[in-house]
Amino acid sequence: MERIPILRMGKFLLVTIQVDMHDRLAMTLQDDLTTRINETGARGVLIDISALDIVDSFIGRMIANISGMARVLDAETVVVGMQPAVAITLVELGLSLPGVRTALNVEKGMRLLQLSVDAGSLETGDARNED
Amino acid sequence: MSSQGTSQIPEIVKKHEADLLAEWSKELALLRGQGSGRIKEAELREQCSSFLRAFQEAIQSGKLSGITGESWATTREMLSEVSRSRSLQGFSPSETAIFVFSLKGPLLALMRRELGKDPELLVNETTIVNDLLDKLGLYTTEVYQKSREEVISRQQQEMMELSTPVVKMWEGVLALPLIGTLDSARTQVVMESLLQAIVQTGAEVAIIDITGVPTVDTLVAQHLIKTVTAARLMGTDCIISGIRPQIAQTIVHLGVDLSGVTTKASLADALALALKRSGFIITKAQTAK
Repeated sequence: MERIPILRMGKFLLVTIQVDMHDRLAMTLQDDLTTRINETGARGVLIDISALDIVDSFIGRMIANISGMARVLDAETVVVGMQPAVAITLVELGLSLPGVRTALNVEKGMRLLQLSVDAGSLETGDARNED
Repeated sequence: MSSQGTSQIPEIVKKHEADLLAEWSKELALLRGQGSGRIKEAELREQCSSFLRAFQEAIQSGKLSGITGESWATTREMLSEVSRSRSLQGFSPSETAIFVFSLKGPLLALMRRELGKDPELLVNETTIVNDLLDKLGLYTTEVYQKSREEVISRQQQEMMELSTPVVKMWEGVLALPLIGTLDSARTQVVMESLLQAIVQTGAEVAIIDITGVPTVDTLVAQHLIKTVTAARLMGTDCIISGIRPQIAQTIVHLGVDLSGVTTKASLADALALALKRSGFIITKAQTAK
């Protein structure tokens, strides 16, 4: 059975969706990703959907769900590289993905994740100093 | 018409084509004298003679009940050309239709001269001619209307394309000054061109300036929110600027929720915010005192 690879990059997980997302694949991804976040203790997840040109409401909701689950597991999710057509379709479907952070490309997404994780560690660092 | 097979109109017209043309031209010249001279006399004469020739050939076929058949194709084509050129020259619909209707006078007069001795035949034939010319006149008006509509739709298309420029204001800052009413079709164009520009420039902030949007109702607000959401999905923050006092009042009265969108009163404020978000600092150059 085909799977979407989940790559580890330091504190982050990188998911690049290169094939057509069908519903089973999305469910598997959801399973795999939550398991990997748990295993690795990742602080951030970057989902690259630049190769995705077709979305339906199910895939749209799946993206929102994955980001919600990651947040519960204390990992920030950034969705990057959404095609204009996909963005328009999601908006027309009424899926504005509230709470999901977005960036134009992987580079910007990484920077965003780094920034938010740095801000987080700064807080804990401060707390330690006060101890 | 029962007398279709034995109608004498074709023969009469053929015999007196030259006279008819002369009288018709005279009539048209008279009418033209009242209007402004937007069309040259030579051109008008040329149109008259070629129409009369086509008309004459068409009625020779004997089909006098309507103008839809194959034999009327040349006439229709000729008339379309005339009325199209007139609509572009700025003639009014009646000025265009009069071209055909003015043929009625000379033609009926001619028939009266030829068939005056047989009143019943005259009445029959007059009805046929009247019917035909009315149909031709209506056809002219129809084509006129159609070509005017073509002009309007072309202008609409041009306006839509003209009025949605995406401007790069700074490194990573795009501006989209909207002019005119936002309907669904335009929102689509606006959204597409904005998202395309975001991909090309990699902008992180986009400013939508609605100073030129005359009214904002719930539908327009919804379109704006859609555009902002789509841009956000691509990872670009949107700022809506140029909200006039009346529009701010309308938005609140309508209960439109713009809380998820950053709004600024003027484009300058929006640009300042965008630069700040991108990490730029603007300072005044120090002048030596």
